[in-house]
Amino acid sequence: MSRASSASRTGAWIAFILAAIYFLVPLFATVEFSMRMIQGQYSLEAYRVVLSDPNFQATFGYSALIAVLTIIAGIILVVPTAYWLQLRLPRLRPIVEFITLLPLIIPPIVIVFGYLRLFNSSSFLPLTASERTTDLLLVCAYVTLSLPYMYRAVDTGMRAIDIRTLTEAAESLGAGWPTILFKLIFPNLRQAILSGAFLTFAIAIGEFTMASLLDRPAFGPYLQLIGANRAYEPSALAIIAFIVTWACMGLIQLVARKPGGTP
Amino acid sequence: MAFLEIDHLRKSFGGNAVVSDFSLDVAKGEFLTFLGPSGCGKTTVLRMVAGFETASGGTIRIGGQDVTRLRANQRRVGMVFQSYALFPNLTVAENIGFGLKVAKCPAAEIRARVDDMLQLIKLPHLAGRMPRQLSGGQQQRVALARALANKPELLLLDEPLSALDAKIRVALREEMRQVQRDLGITSIFVTHDQEEALSISDRIVVMNEGRIEQIGTPFEIYNFPRTRFVASFVGTLNLLDGQVVDAAAGRFRIDGQEVVAAGRPDGAVAGEKRTLALRPEAISFRPGEPGTGNTLNATIEEVSFLGAVIRIRARLAEVTLSLDIFNNPHAPPPERGANVTLGFTRADLLVLEPSA
Repeated sequence: MSRASSASRTGAWIAFILAAIYFLVPLFATVEFSMRMIQGQYSLEAYRVVLSDPNFQATFGYSALIAVLTIIAGIILVVPTAYWLQLRLPRLRPIVEFITLLPLIIPPIVIVFGYLRLFNSSSFLPLTASERTTDLLLVCAYVTLSLPYMYRAVDTGMRAIDIRTLTEAAESLGAGWPTILFKLIFPNLRQAILSGAFLTFAIAIGEFTMASLLDRPAFGPYLQLIGANRAYEPSALAIIAFIVTWACMGLIQLVARKPGGTP
Repeated sequence: MAFLEIDHLRKSFGGNAVVSDFSLDVAKGEFLTFLGPSGCGKTTVLRMVAGFETASGGTIRIGGQDVTRLRANQRRVGMVFQSYALFPNLTVAENIGFGLKVAKCPAAEIRARVDDMLQLIKLPHLAGRMPRQLSGGQQQRVALARALANKPELLLLDEPLSALDAKIRVALREEMRQVQRDLGITSIFVTHDQEEALSISDRIVVMNEGRIEQIGTPFEIYNFPRTRFVASFVGTLNLLDGQVVDAAAGRFRIDGQEVVAAGRPDGAVAGEKRTLALRPEAISFRPGEPGTGNTLNATIEEVSFLGAVIRIRARLAEVTLSLDIFNNPHAPPPERGANVTLGFTRADLLVLEPSA
């Protein structure tokens, strides 16, 4: 009995170690390579070069701003929609779930070509005619891309707190819709909304296809440009992007554990 | 004049009538209970009074004002839910003060009222706690305080004790009733638990399949059920299929033996079936008095000693009766298989209305 369980435990450890090697070796190799910019010694030179590149700062700043705008637009779109669905139109939920999954099924390149056909400078709504309106289009595109994550996070959060009864309790105490939405729904969904927000941030910060085809100075195209032209810096950038993503995940965990949110 | 008037209220979901022709008057300060099995429409009526469901027809008036088309937040009706429904992001004090804050009361007034409410529910030390740090019973008391803080005209309680364990349930229902009496607030309580309904109500409305079966005081409902449904749902009555022998004289045949009831089966003809009801505690082992009593011959089938009460099952031919007698150390109960004579008065044998 104990021999069998120790054998299966050994098997589990072997599987774990193999998986860890699979993930960690390329990561380690990238880190190692990124530190060999100065010949004959390990240094952070590649990181220094990357971080001091004004294009890095400009593109990263631009993408961060677009990501934040995406998050705000996503919350405004998703939270009331999910709330309304749960409360009044539960029958439509499968349809909405299907729609929110579409961005995972349709490749971004298809979506962006659709945008270009619909909103080009000689169309009825020439969004690509100026830079600001193209930014707007990019935000809309990112809201679409992050929809599966944002919607799912918010929907799960809502199911966990019996939104219907809370709404009725608030109504019987005289509260109207704005009060219910801002004093009860948003605070109780804080954790779910933040999870969705961090995932959205991670998606928007490194996105390439849409930003590139809409010709915006975003971080994704910058990564690609550096990757095509330099030797050590792309590895450093990959590690930086990796750290940013993991920082987002870490923040989700941190927020999830903080008291005051939903359990 | 009645304080709450419900007039020919109807509700259907799709083509399905959930509540049909429900009319009821509730006096000011009254504690009324809707009692019935799940799906009988009691919660739907309550939710229509609260404004969470729109009536398909009929009117609801509170204090003379027609509220049928008013939204829930315009009705001044307090509600306590089975699942407590405390706002998880607010403290106990903030929960209780929520309605007052919505009504834009001055902060000092809110604080004073919240303190009063915390005293009322005997939890002043928990003002700063979050709802998840409270037990179920404490949460439900806070929910009661929250519903009462706005001084609503009507208090609705939707199975507020169902999620609690038995001991707390009994304590809390007495406490709720006490608070209701102290404040004199008109209340409607929904439950499927007949003991709960009998113990705290001024009047009970027994409901079945969206209709009112009977309205009465707990005493009337328990002792004089009008229909087979009420008799079977409230208490542990013996329901007997009686064949009418002589309707004018109230004579019936049960399992081959003849009995007489004080009541008369309205409009029945000889040979028709009617349901008769007999409370277990109305039966004794003495033959009925000639002229006012009934006597049945039976065989003892089961004897359960419950302490103060002994519950006995006796068989006529096909039909079994259950009867309760008080324990008496000087008179042991009959043995199983013994042939006995059962007696009860004509007044105790109730003739129920045929079901609709």
